[in-house]
Amino acid sequence: MLVVKEISSGYQGAQVLHNVSFDVQAGEIVCLFGRNGAGKSTCLKTIMGLISTDVGRIACNGIEISQLPANEVPRHGIGYIPQGRRLFSELTVEENLEIGLMVNGKDHGFREEVLDMFPRLRERLHQRADTLSGGEQQMLATGRALCISPKILLLDEPTEGLQPSMIDQIRYAVKTLRDRGVAILLVEQRVDAVLSIADRVVFLENGRSHDPVRASEIQDKPDLFQRFIGV
Amino acid sequence: MSELKKSWLLHLGIVALLFVLQFVLPSYHHASMARIMVLTCYAMGYNILFGYTGLLSLGHALFFAAGMYGLSLSMQHLEWLAGPALIIGLLSGVVVSLTIGLLLLRTTGVAFMIVTLMFSQAGYLTVLYFGEFTRGDEGLVIQQELRSIAGIDLSDPTSRYFAALLLMTICIIVSLRVVQAGFGRVLVAIRENNERTRMLGYDIQRHKLSAIVLSGTMSAAAGACYCLLFGYAGATFASVQYSIFPLLWVLLGGAGTVLGPFVGTLFMFYLIDLSSGLTTAYMLIAGFSLVMLTLFAPQGLVGEIRRRGLRWLP
Repeated sequence: MLVVKEISSGYQGAQVLHNVSFDVQAGEIVCLFGRNGAGKSTCLKTIMGLISTDVGRIACNGIEISQLPANEVPRHGIGYIPQGRRLFSELTVEENLEIGLMVNGKDHGFREEVLDMFPRLRERLHQRADTLSGGEQQMLATGRALCISPKILLLDEPTEGLQPSMIDQIRYAVKTLRDRGVAILLVEQRVDAVLSIADRVVFLENGRSHDPVRASEIQDKPDLFQRFIGV
Repeated sequence: MSELKKSWLLHLGIVALLFVLQFVLPSYHHASMARIMVLTCYAMGYNILFGYTGLLSLGHALFFAAGMYGLSLSMQHLEWLAGPALIIGLLSGVVVSLTIGLLLLRTTGVAFMIVTLMFSQAGYLTVLYFGEFTRGDEGLVIQQELRSIAGIDLSDPTSRYFAALLLMTICIIVSLRVVQAGFGRVLVAIRENNERTRMLGYDIQRHKLSAIVLSGTMSAAAGACYCLLFGYAGATFASVQYSIFPLLWVLLGGAGTVLGPFVGTLFMFYLIDLSSGLTTAYMLIAGFSLVMLTLFAPQGLVGEIRRRGLRWLP
């Protein structure tokens, strides 16, 4: 579904990613894992076209997207939830969702689907986004990304800074999406999150990727976490 | 009652109030109100770009003057009637804003402000340079007998008032429609977070260009109507002062509110008018009032009302 093949990218001359390769299939959660500065978020931004890459290729359902402008990437069914949520703070919950819905022109029932998945948002529909709690903001950011009906969802540390009950809700939503056939690429720093929801894990080290490992196999190889993040 | 209905009722109520005022206002305030309504349209155009899209322009006088000179030059030198000349005024606004907009999209932030200011100054100097046609600072006077459309004499105070009210009503409807439509939501999203909006799949440049053209055309409509209703086009209207005015009106009334430009223009007009009757240092009073207002109502008068309770105000 999403194929990343030997991409290299970075910021203004400072190369961060070096020949990174992996793939994500439909109905699968792949976790990008590594220390701070390993290039996880840079990798997601590169897929979204926010950072250009001249080397390697990124394909979505067989269509090359690596040279597309950032605003055209979501039209290929890729949703992105950046770190820190990045909501439109002065807009209400409903307006934030509308912004997501309007990308495809019509609702197609996605709004109700999102509100069913996150009932808390239904209670806060007319509330401004900046008055929501951290967990509710994450639900809204996730809900807004779902409004474009993504086939592939990129999540950058969705549970960062959330209380445990909210973390469980977000994880449940991510698993539900996986079960519906959405391909999910997740950036995570929490070992428990990786082990509980990921199907495969791609370790990033100094901008270089290692061969993916099945999450179930990692349980038997605790030295991997020791090696890549020192826990 | 839904918020949508409430906001339409409020705005139509204000239009109705202004309609009634025409029968009761003394002649001086009657003429002033007509002028305020036309200038409000200029501020409403500015508000689309600054208040809703978050693009701070320091050169909107260029669009106002484009409409003004589009109308006056075609009437004066081509001897066109007011109706077709008004259309030329509007088209001038469309062409100028589209051309400038395409160039402006290459800039952001401070560079955007500086480039708008430069274009505006270039427009002002062009008006002065072609003084043979524009009569520069002295300006062009449109004869009273030429200022009529479909047999309606627009130099007549009553007709002029209603024409100004009609223009303002159109601008209110356009602003409300824009704000309540998806297009308006995307503009606010761009103002809030340019990059985030792009990541959702929106073509930011196309939306910004649309906002510039809409804003420029509304400003040009105000410029053309000002010239038609008050019979004068001068280089002063293309100067930097007339680029700063709509910014002040919008800030005072409330950026990103439909009624803010009207309240701001009304407040500023009468503040200067009243204080100039008290002292020759009237700008000092005006300046002090503006500082106070900025300190105690930083979101503008209508913005403050919205913040304090009427959250449904568009």
